[in-house]
Amino acid sequence: MNLLRDMDYSVLQQCMHCGMCLPTCPTYVETKREKNSPRGRIALMRSIADGTSAVSEAFADEMYYCLGCLACQTACPAGVHYAELFETARAEVERANVLPGVERGFWRWLALDVIFMRPWMLRAIGIVLRLYQQSGLEALLRRVRFFGLLPKKFESLEKQTPRMSAAVSDELIDVLETPAEPRYRVGMLTGCVQDIAFSDVNRATVDVLLANGCEVVTPRSQNCCGSLHAHNGAVENARELALRQMSAFDLDSLDAIITNAGGCGSHLKSYSHLLPDHPMAKKWDAKVKDIHEWLAAIGLRAPMASCGVDRVTYHESCHLCHGQKVTRQPRELLKAIPGLEVVELPESNWCCGSAGIYNITQPEQSQKLLERKAGHIRTTGCKHVATSNPGCHLQIQRGMNEEVQVTQPVLLLAAAYQRESRQT
Amino acid sequence: MTLIEQLIAATDASRVLTQHEDLVVYGFDGTAALKEMPAVVVLPRNTQEVAACVKIARAASVPVVTRGSGTGLSGGSVPLPGCVVLTLVKMDKIIELDEANLTLRAQCGVITKEIDDAAGRVGLFYPPDPGSMKISTIGGNVAENSGGLRGLKYGVTRDYVMGMEVVLPTGEIVWLGNKCVKDVAGYSMKDLFIGSEGTLGIITEVLLKLVPKPKARRTMLALYDTMEAAAETISAIIAAKIIPCTLEFLDRMTVKCVEDFARIGLPVDVEAVVLMETDGHPAAVEEEASQMMDLARKHGAREVKMAQSEAEGATLASARRSAFSALARMKPTTILEDVTVPRSELTHMVKFINDCAARRGLMIGTFGHMGDGNLHPTFLTDERNHEEMHRVEEALEEIVDETLRLGGTVTGEHGVGLAKKRFLRKQMGDGSYELMRSVKMALDPDALLNPGKIFDLKSAS
Ligand SMILES: Cc1cc2nc3c(=O)[nH]c(=O)nc-3n(C[C@H](O)[C@H](O)[C@H](O)COP(=O)(O)OP(=O)(O)OC[C@H]3O[C@@H](n4cnc5c(N)ncnc54)[C@H](O)[C@@H]3O)c2cc1C
Ligand code: SF4
Ligand code: SF4
Repeated sequence: MNLLRDMDYSVLQQCMHCGMCLPTCPTYVETKREKNSPRGRIALMRSIADGTSAVSEAFADEMYYCLGCLACQTACPAGVHYAELFETARAEVERANVLPGVERGFWRWLALDVIFMRPWMLRAIGIVLRLYQQSGLEALLRRVRFFGLLPKKFESLEKQTPRMSAAVSDELIDVLETPAEPRYRVGMLTGCVQDIAFSDVNRATVDVLLANGCEVVTPRSQNCCGSLHAHNGAVENARELALRQMSAFDLDSLDAIITNAGGCGSHLKSYSHLLPDHPMAKKWDAKVKDIHEWLAAIGLRAPMASCGVDRVTYHESCHLCHGQKVTRQPRELLKAIPGLEVVELPESNWCCGSAGIYNITQPEQSQKLLERKAGHIRTTGCKHVATSNPGCHLQIQRGMNEEVQVTQPVLLLAAAYQRESRQT
Repeated sequence: MTLIEQLIAATDASRVLTQHEDLVVYGFDGTAALKEMPAVVVLPRNTQEVAACVKIARAASVPVVTRGSGTGLSGGSVPLPGCVVLTLVKMDKIIELDEANLTLRAQCGVITKEIDDAAGRVGLFYPPDPGSMKISTIGGNVAENSGGLRGLKYGVTRDYVMGMEVVLPTGEIVWLGNKCVKDVAGYSMKDLFIGSEGTLGIITEVLLKLVPKPKARRTMLALYDTMEAAAETISAIIAAKIIPCTLEFLDRMTVKCVEDFARIGLPVDVEAVVLMETDGHPAAVEEEASQMMDLARKHGAREVKMAQSEAEGATLASARRSAFSALARMKPTTILEDVTVPRSELTHMVKFINDCAARRGLMIGTFGHMGDGNLHPTFLTDERNHEEMHRVEEALEEIVDETLRLGGTVTGEHGVGLAKKRFLRKQMGDGSYELMRSVKMALDPDALLNPGKIFDLKSAS
């Protein structure tokens, strides 16, 4: 068995090696080595399918050096489905088990098979982390440079641990929330990291939905959507999570399923790829909508008050702009807020280096991308940068903690609606 | 020392690639169905390193294939089995922008678009704009004498090369040309290297001519129900003594694929679209634009639209640049031709190509630089279908014969490389074909650089 050999060969053949994607690929631009480019990576996959290359450690390393940012997919005129190729390649790397290391195996198992398969465990971790961060223990340990005593990897990991929210989504959002005059009925996805680190963004999402005439159904104790698993070669777990996710919603009674995290949305919209025989998967894919996309589709009601911020720039999450092709709507949403100047960010759709867990697996390249991003944000002179993916949010905040405040379009919009209701 | 050890000594270990995974990916360029494995790939940083690598390869009698970004469409940078590939993308510095003399000097690995961007920042303009300009290297452009969308008014790469630094097959470094607008001292040696496809020397630096940026630009789109009407409009514009900067043609299939990709609202129910652009002095531009729109209407355009802004015009041009890759959406294999005929024969040639494809039951999309008579009929097929591939070969043969009968050429801008080799003698005739081979033998008697590209070397030795 070989997943690349078994897949539909025409997906591989679709690449006609024109090279038009190369200048958009962050890893190629960094190294200028063909192997680190989309065209090169696809050629390697094809060579494996052809039986002229083996699934080697070098191949595996390359697949994990790729950010999975999908900038190449946007650039490709030939319509190459890089996301599918990339996921299949990583799954094959894991199946063939070519990457050595007991430690790697342990962390993968812990994250992909244990924690992110169990919503209660993730929440429990969230609570422990919250207590730890609030109790002053964290500050104390940092002050005495405790983490400097641990191996380098732990030290950098510790710094990357996100701030936990004061409450998880279920505490902030009711199962059913209904506006005065409901026009639509939608399901709300609360996510996994989003749920414990950004429950305020979930609350804000529900607020803006209500303000736009949407009744919101939010099932309790939701699962991870499985994107983490699919992007890291754990396809079976991803299937299991997709099934659980779909069964949490009564699809026929809802006009849309709303997601507010770029990375999740892109994956949530492709369940039919993961479960081609599932009777509901196609319908599910069609109903999943990114929050900005949905608001634009139903006609966003512009708020009548400002949001308290007067200048903002917008960083695009890769999986929102390249994965879901949602680029115009978040900008329009921001521009609809009175008194808010939206400054265009140079290279706004260039990956910030967060890329799922890339900042942990490839810290060096991730850091380079973060610095590139920070440089561009500085040129805008904005003190606020909006983005709509928890990974990007954390990454940029970590890189520019002193200089800018990271926010999200829905947070700003919700703030504007709130001020509006106080005025009237 | 082994060959690899010597190459490492001349550069550094991180830029000498020998691992299987690193070599597979340099096995091809933008041409369909050509693949070969090199022995080693080197990424030099400067001219001295290139020269050192050439000397090492020469001493070891291992052929050298020069590579830019590998977007070539005739197999020029496809390796020879066991060769050394010199990939020049790390030689990516713009060395000098001379505003007093309107010139720009750059290393060969600079991306074409970056040259135009640099010129644009000081109000200047580098006109040659191949469809691949976002990634092709200037060295590759010079080595292929690439054209582009603006060739009609501004010419091709050759018209902008004033000088160059070349590493010869001996490893010697020479400088050819200068900043003088006029120069007749001796043979124009630089011209020999333009379009030489890496067979005579390695171009390591180029000195380019820039022109002032045109003050105004208008972009228009004319839509047609027949291809003939589109071709007639082009002839009429040229007969009216208008030289717009762009007259690009796309047939129904190409328009559909481009729209699928770019989603900019191109009509998909027309037989042909002509993209027209004029630039220059604002008054002249307005006049030419309205003349061209009138001519298009007179010759049967169903609708003629003008881009409302410079940005909209740029979007249209950039969509057109994606045409070739976008056609690849349809079928697994895309075989692109580059035949060029005298402009008076355009209508006939377009019709001939379509008839030929229909007769042989082949799927074809045609687009091209119509104003230059340069067509890109593109066969959409599957290399695994041997029977169909055979019919494609036959159709190609037929199209080439007709092109030559009309006084045309097998390649207008993509070069001969491997893909067009077998047609070359037929087009050139024995005399000029042998003359070309003797030039190669004089400069590169040991056949070190890209041997077997453009022509075989056997009979001349
Ligand atoms: C989508 C697409 C659109 C295109 N549109 C056009 C177009 O509109 N017009 C056009 O003319 N072409 C076009 N091309 C073809 C191609 O992009 C050009 O031929 C380009 O100049 C090649 O540049 P490169 O850097 O990729 O060179 P490569 O493909 O790497 O090399 C091309 C040839 O030049 C030689 N070479 C490269 N660098 C050097 C050097 N420094 N010194 C000596 N020899 C060298 C190589 O050995 C090879 O023979 C297109 C290609 C694609 C994929
Ligand atoms: S996903 Fe991103 S990093 Fe990976 S090949 Fe595509 S552009 Fe490059
Ligand atoms: S992925 Fe697309 S853009 Fe990149 S080389 Fe392949 S066909 Fe060209």
